[in-house]
Amino acid sequence: MNWRGTLIALAVVLPLILLFRVGMHRDPRAIPSPLPGRPAPDFALRRMDADTAAGTLPTDTSLVRLEELRGRVVVLNFWASWCLACRDEHAALSAVAEAYRDRGVVFYGVLYNDTPESARRWIEEMGGQSYETLLDPGARTAIDYGLYGVPETFLIDRSGRVAAKQIGPVTEARLSARLDSLLAAAPAEATP
Amino acid sequence: MSRRLLAGAILAALLPTGAAWARQSAPADSALEARVREVAAGLRCPVCQGLSILDSPTELAQEMRAVVREQLAEGRTPAEVKEYFVSKYGEWILLEPTPEGLNLVVYLLPWLTVAAGAAVIAIGVRRWTRTGGEPDPTPPEAV
Repeated sequence: MNWRGTLIALAVVLPLILLFRVGMHRDPRAIPSPLPGRPAPDFALRRMDADTAAGTLPTDTSLVRLEELRGRVVVLNFWASWCLACRDEHAALSAVAEAYRDRGVVFYGVLYNDTPESARRWIEEMGGQSYETLLDPGARTAIDYGLYGVPETFLIDRSGRVAAKQIGPVTEARLSARLDSLLAAAPAEATP
Repeated sequence: MSRRLLAGAILAALLPTGAAWARQSAPADSALEARVREVAAGLRCPVCQGLSILDSPTELAQEMRAVVREQLAEGRTPAEVKEYFVSKYGEWILLEPTPEGLNLVVYLLPWLTVAAGAAVIAIGVRRWTRTGGEPDPTPPEAV
């Protein structure tokens, strides 16, 4: 056996094996988001079902601004009527939104690359939505949140920081647990 | 001769249309568009596999190109626009990793490999010439 040849072969092959080992256990589609822990990107979005009679301009109350929601825990769910996984999580989202409504948690859906007409039809078909949906023309807010698909759900704490990001459908148990821990955090936690 | 005339006629008929088409597809602010393309070519499309937002026809890529255009028109530099996308999507959004830290491996390894290959060849050639053109008596694994 040629020990030098073996050594060279090992020096080449071993790093490759290690590299493949690391690579095999990673999901190449999982994009690490830099957002959690940072201030949530601000937005001012129109309510999909704002009371805008024909001919009148959208009033100030038809806009939802993130900065006005400080002090409350915000759940932001990006969705679309063409998104299949959104159907899976719809019941869970609606139920959790209702359960936490009186506990200082506010839910908003953000429509992603979809028309209000199909969105309304979808909500009707799914038996209603227990929270409001906002419109995001041009997906500006979606891009601001580093979105790459729907559904994606962001949890924003009382101080306006992104606490967590969930890619794919949420489950009732997991969302509730996360909200519980966010609500348990000291409410007067003032952050600059 | 008549064939050449015919070709000339066809060419003459096509030329104005071609020019009109070129004028139509040239954007009003071509300098801005060129910069948009340059930045967009370096940003990864989040819903594609290995495509830039310049090459992707998806809705999200179009919207991201619009954001690039807006920010450049507002006076941001290409580096600032890229920085915006990195702050939202992480380094992952850059098709070319920044030459820092562990990323340097990607930039240096090819050159190191080429240098190592050149060294192996140089040593091999020197041995070969020293033995006067005779094949190297040592087995090839021992090089």
